[in-house]
Amino acid sequence: MSGAGLPIRLTRGPGQRTFLASSRRPCRGFAHTTLLFPGYALGVSDDALLQGLRQGDEKAFSVLVETYHLPMVRVARAFVPDRSTAEDVVQETWVGVIRGIDRFEGRSSLKTWIFHILVNQARKRAVRDRRTVALNDVGSVKEDRFSPDGTWITPPSPWPDDAADRLFASDVVKKLRMSIEQLPALQQQVVTLRDVEGLSPRDVCDLLDITEANQRVLLHRAREKLRRTIEHEMGEE
Amino acid sequence: MGILSRDLVCREAVALVTDYLDGSLTRRQRRRLESHLKDCPNCGRYLEQIRMTIRLVGHMDPEELDQPGRDELIALYRRFKGESKDI
Repeated sequence: MSGAGLPIRLTRGPGQRTFLASSRRPCRGFAHTTLLFPGYALGVSDDALLQGLRQGDEKAFSVLVETYHLPMVRVARAFVPDRSTAEDVVQETWVGVIRGIDRFEGRSSLKTWIFHILVNQARKRAVRDRRTVALNDVGSVKEDRFSPDGTWITPPSPWPDDAADRLFASDVVKKLRMSIEQLPALQQQVVTLRDVEGLSPRDVCDLLDITEANQRVLLHRAREKLRRTIEHEMGEE
Repeated sequence: MGILSRDLVCREAVALVTDYLDGSLTRRQRRRLESHLKDCPNCGRYLEQIRMTIRLVGHMDPEELDQPGRDELIALYRRFKGESKDI
């Protein structure tokens, strides 16, 4: 990420840790951020934000909100049963972030740290609201699409060459969101953190306290269901 | 032929796709999968569709945070920032 045009000079004191960038791609919201907060450059770094936050700079907090609030709501939504509960959880998380920012040591990226607080809050809330999160809620695999010898009976139907363009332009996205919400809790959590928010497998395992193998099984089943959602939509056109 | 040396069947190949994309297969498993994919257009198509699914899921346009939502959070910041200074 480019540090050009940062509003705050980076002064990393002795003994301060280097920040680990753990997400695969830049967070969303930056393009928007430059318009709303001209003082902050595109792709402003964790260091610059932290510095601002520690100095009590409201603008830095605004950038944080702009960048993470909606992703946080999406992630929270994977733990609790409805949107308004998810928003409560996110608000509690923001309080935790504001209170804890001075103690953040930079051992993970800011994003991962925030998501840790979020997942803890969401879990507390889910327990309180008794949403069961069973590890074995892995759902079904489409066994009936294979013959007993393991070859395809109903192979994936072909998608047209311009499938990507058509998908982005269509309301398949809306259907995908609904499909994500209907996934079993753990699949929903894994696919939201991995594929929607772009966290690394390792961060996701840490956050959810699951093994890498388990993470991949959950992710695979979630992706397969989402692929089927698209397949279904393609078939209807 | 042992299970490690015989060719993969489609059901097994499909089950390995996420591990493959995460780079978590052993070299041997990866070779077996790639050799299956080379000869099986259905599984090749499946892999491509999973790739496209990941891309699409990762680019669902986020909604925008509305101004009252922003203002509320800034108010929250003012309230609790003061508090954290007292700790």
